[in-house]
Amino acid sequence: MTMPAAPEARFARMKDLPSTHLLGAGTAMCGGCGGLMAVKQVYDVLGPNTVFVNAAGCMTLLSTYPFTPFRGSWLYTAMASAPAGAQGVRDALDILRASGRMKADEDMQVVVLAGDGSSNGMGLSATSGAIDRALDFIYLCYDNEGYGNTGQQSSAATPHGAATPTETGGARGRKKDLFAIWAAHDPAYVATVSPSEPLDLARKIEKARSMKGPRLVIAFAPCPTGWTYDPERSVEIGHLAVKSGLWPLKEYEGGRTVHTLKPHPRVPVEEYLRLQGRYRHLFEPARDEAAIAEIQAGVDAYWAKAG
Amino acid sequence: MTRTLLTGNAAAAWGARLAAADYVPAFPITPQTEIIETISAWARSGDMPGRITMFESEHSMLTAAGAAAATGVRVFTATSSQGLLYGLEMLYACAGWRAPFVLVNVSRGLAAPITLEADHNDVLAARDSGALQIHCASCQEVVDSVLMAYRLAEHPAVRLPAIVNVDGFQLSFTREPVDLPDARAAADFVGPFAPGALKFRASTPISQAVAVLGGSAYSYFRYEMQRAAEAALAAHETVAEDFARRFGRRYAAAEAYRMDDAEYAFLMIGSFATKARDAVDRLRRQGRRIGLVRPRLVRPFPAAHIAALLWKTKAVAVVDQNLSLGAGGILAGEVASALYGASTRPLIASYVGGLGGRDIGADEFDAIAAELQDAAARGQAPKPRLLFTADELREVRKMQAVAAVERHELEAAP
Repeated sequence: MTMPAAPEARFARMKDLPSTHLLGAGTAMCGGCGGLMAVKQVYDVLGPNTVFVNAAGCMTLLSTYPFTPFRGSWLYTAMASAPAGAQGVRDALDILRASGRMKADEDMQVVVLAGDGSSNGMGLSATSGAIDRALDFIYLCYDNEGYGNTGQQSSAATPHGAATPTETGGARGRKKDLFAIWAAHDPAYVATVSPSEPLDLARKIEKARSMKGPRLVIAFAPCPTGWTYDPERSVEIGHLAVKSGLWPLKEYEGGRTVHTLKPHPRVPVEEYLRLQGRYRHLFEPARDEAAIAEIQAGVDAYWAKAG
Repeated sequence: MTRTLLTGNAAAAWGARLAAADYVPAFPITPQTEIIETISAWARSGDMPGRITMFESEHSMLTAAGAAAATGVRVFTATSSQGLLYGLEMLYACAGWRAPFVLVNVSRGLAAPITLEADHNDVLAARDSGALQIHCASCQEVVDSVLMAYRLAEHPAVRLPAIVNVDGFQLSFTREPVDLPDARAAADFVGPFAPGALKFRASTPISQAVAVLGGSAYSYFRYEMQRAAEAALAAHETVAEDFARRFGRRYAAAEAYRMDDAEYAFLMIGSFATKARDAVDRLRRQGRRIGLVRPRLVRPFPAAHIAALLWKTKAVAVVDQNLSLGAGGILAGEVASALYGASTRPLIASYVGGLGGRDIGADEFDAIAAELQDAAARGQAPKPRLLFTADELREVRKMQAVAAVERHELEAAP
């Protein structure tokens, strides 16, 4: 007797990744946008039978009248309530199916698309409510660690020490642990992904796709304009975030958190930091050893605990 | 048809049930809560096949209302006061999505100070949102207006959310005899929800509520909304006629009471207009030629209807149960604007009263009527007045005195 293969087993090797791409080109996103890389990869796995329910942020400009890069559907809502919009769409689709007014093959996966500003801030109450109601939806947060669409002001996801237009000397906050906040609600699935790790991303999205209930994913979204680096380095920065241990790849399911990739040995965070203008003040005019060491110590402490 | 005693809140719930609303996103707030409790009980018992989902805020509730309507189901929701303001961003948004649904607002004064009883500052804050507004003066009108509101909101030339306003306490908690239409007759009148092309289906992907860049595209869609709201005026005539034919009750965009030979008029909206109606009867017995104009539609504003009713009068008292701070009564300005183009027009006297449920007394209506006559004789409108009596001021002074003594005792305590 053999166990049925897990749905994510579909993506065993890089060559198993979708070779046709669904998202149209020519969007208003910046060159090298990490969020867009994540959306592209996620969309390829989810397929066109989706309705994206969007919260105000960079990705709102994906669908700008009269153009859209999506083969499926889209609803822009507001900054605070995309999960409630997803609830309205999901409930309506369920009502239509239950009353025989819509066939099963007309149904769609409802996907919230929101940035870290909305997700960690004003949208958190609506997300908490949606998870509490066991809403059957996928939530994709592209985390570019600031209010990217308005010029990278500090959000609750801005890492400690990163310079932003509202905290030019470096952010004082400690980046909310959104993964833990979501996991504390015990939803069906929570995961972190990075578009620099497409196989890991595809497996997690495929797994989420096969499940029911609230499934929430945070995608690392390097932002050339906000973090100040050359757009061609987005993938490299994504790699370094994972290798340095700053962006742990993990998933939560059934009360357990599992790291899907444990970087070993970890590269020093300095290699990640020094590529980005937002950390330049840690290196110029003089090295701020204490600040760099503090960031390194935070990462070391995380992994010491994670085991 | 069943004749029964119903509160305004129960009448609103019956409106949703008779319209066969599919979906009710909800959040509790006084004095509206009875509506969603009633619907919730019906959903549980199976008396109403619709689904009710409780949200964590009115902002989320209204987002879901618009999203569900945009997906293609009939939506009913309800709120009051702070809740309407908390969700106001989404009311504007849903109107722009052209998502038709019916929202019952149970009017309640706005903070601060926080209070429970009715005035119209809450619903009039939604005045420019694109949502239609029907204001009710009786519990019968509540159930009838909800049914009519669905026809208006879902009219192909309109497709906008519609607010049915029910005054908190005066209507929400007052039991009145109501003729409930039969379920089948109501369903025939409202008809099935017809989403047209605006719906989410796998086979017909659509992007709704997308961004625009630049003023031209923005203006185009905003003008389309203006056209749609204006179209609701003509649609109201048809819908009201059809309603009268089926159910025998006729509703005008602006109701006229004893206006045929009136030289003077009160103009009011909502349940407090019944106090003006009572005053008209009393003043008529005294030989005054006075009547009442009660706009039921506030958006779209039935300016031509109002002008036609008032242009021959000498003076009209607009009694606003709202206050635009720094300007005055909101309807007074709207009525003035409706009449300004007429070759002959009455003097307009502006009164603000009934804030936070404050009563407007018979003696005050009498004083207003006397002021109208005096104004007409002098050919000059009186200054706007905020209704408040010496007795009320004495009561407030008494509370202030009590507060001062309390503070004094606290400070004197060891």
